[in-house]
Amino acid sequence: MRLAESILAGNRRALARLLTWIENEDPRGFAELDALFPHTGKAFLIGVTGAPGTGKSSLVNSIALHYRQHHQRKVAIVAVDPSSPFTGGAVLGDRVRMRDLSGDPGVFIRSMASRGSLGGLAQATARVVQAFDAAGYEVILIETVGAGQAEVDIAKLAHTTLVVEAPGLGDDVQAIKAGILEIADILVVNKADRPGVENTERALRGMLELAHPVRRVFRHHGKSMVVDAPMTSDIETWIPPIQRTVATQGTGVPELVEAIEKHAQHLRENGDWDKRNRVRLQAELEDLLRETLIRQLRQRVPPETFERILDDLVARRLSPRAAAEAILSSTRATT
Amino acid sequence: MSERKIRVLIAKPGLDGHDRGAKVVARALRDAGMEVIYTGLRQTPEMIAEAALQEDVDVVGLSILSGAHMALVPRILDLLRANGLDDVLVFVGGIIPDDDMPALREMGVSGVYGPGASTEAIVEDIRTAMQAKFAQEPH
Ligand SMILES: Nc1nc2c(ncn2[C@@H]2O[C@H](COP(=O)(O)OP(=O)(O)O)[C@@H](O)[C@H]2O)c(=O)[nH]1
Ligand SMILES: [Mg+2]
Repeated sequence: MRLAESILAGNRRALARLLTWIENEDPRGFAELDALFPHTGKAFLIGVTGAPGTGKSSLVNSIALHYRQHHQRKVAIVAVDPSSPFTGGAVLGDRVRMRDLSGDPGVFIRSMASRGSLGGLAQATARVVQAFDAAGYEVILIETVGAGQAEVDIAKLAHTTLVVEAPGLGDDVQAIKAGILEIADILVVNKADRPGVENTERALRGMLELAHPVRRVFRHHGKSMVVDAPMTSDIETWIPPIQRTVATQGTGVPELVEAIEKHAQHLRENGDWDKRNRVRLQAELEDLLRETLIRQLRQRVPPETFERILDDLVARRLSPRAAAEAILSSTRATT
Repeated sequence: MSERKIRVLIAKPGLDGHDRGAKVVARALRDAGMEVIYTGLRQTPEMIAEAALQEDVDVVGLSILSGAHMALVPRILDLLRANGLDDVLVFVGGIIPDDDMPALREMGVSGVYGPGASTEAIVEDIRTAMQAKFAQEPH
């Protein structure tokens, strides 16, 4: 039987094998993904990102547990950790915090190393998510270390993105430092049992108010006037709520899941759910087209020609734009 | 196709609460370019077999200091086979009396490493076995 058929029939071993093929960019995986694609588009994708040690894995564990116990939805988890840039190896330790989920056939956890390229990671993650979606996992949690562009790209995959912060990790709010606050649909202040929660929450609230001003102060004829921000209905603007949690005890998690579900409903009501899906698939299509076109083009340009034009580019005899044009016209001449 | 990475699950079955050795091995394998899934203390055989299945690992390394290896290892091997993971390489590290080593190998354990074993030896043994395995995969 084809892998895809086994996966649709609920075979977890087949699913695990496809995930390996996806990670390795093994060509055998592509046909299986094609066969699975009609069965995708049903899952709710939740991104969880933040600095190391903020409690993301613990939080993913308790969110998954809540979805299992109170919503009876099948949950898949993709936990991404960085590869060592020097050896290419990785220690993936997120499962340590997810032991509550073991033994539940309605949960599937997969650890992923970020490996080489950032674009490659986002692409592989998208495909892993598609495999889970087709296999009938209704909620998919994607944990990434909040460090920059890769997370932003992965967050684009998700319907709802949580940015996790915790007190006691230094003076700065980590998410602000990493520039990932903008991608938050919900802000989580985890480790609310630790001293310093108020400070962390205040700092986040301050940043949020800059991004989503509720009232503005104007100077007008030497007097300051307070003007309410243009009224927008709740349907239109989503202001990221801040939720406190103690992930290790499950405190605040029911409220957090409630906020997550509210965001999902908001996306559905204002049309953003469909819009996000469309944008995401368009990006995937364009990535593939770009890859394919470049590969085809390279096959048609003799390596000597390519190298000669590259030499001209390096010697500044051609600008990058002119070099690209030269390569394109060399193929036109030969056809 | 990108490089085929060796994926290893390092697990600590049983009740002893000491995972320094397991962490040393995990880091050595990472430094050798492998992807190591570390699952933490007090894993049941069921948890280990389940993690090996979900993570689709090539290798499972068990760290056992409690003396319960003759009970735990056969149970884990059975569960791995029941999950269809017949071709996974299983090695055991920890405090294993010499007398038990033949029996463990007989069960299907590929290597047994005592407290004096070097991590280089573990890396080499895994590499050699994986070269043979990967050579049989389609390219
Ligand atoms: N006190 C406290 N510790 C927590 C909480 N959540 C997680 N931790 C601990 O913080 C450490 C890092 O947690 P982990 O979930 O691995 O964080 P990650 O690196 O963001 O995935 C672990 O030792 C957890 O037990 C919490 O709410 N309160
Ligand atoms: Mg983690």
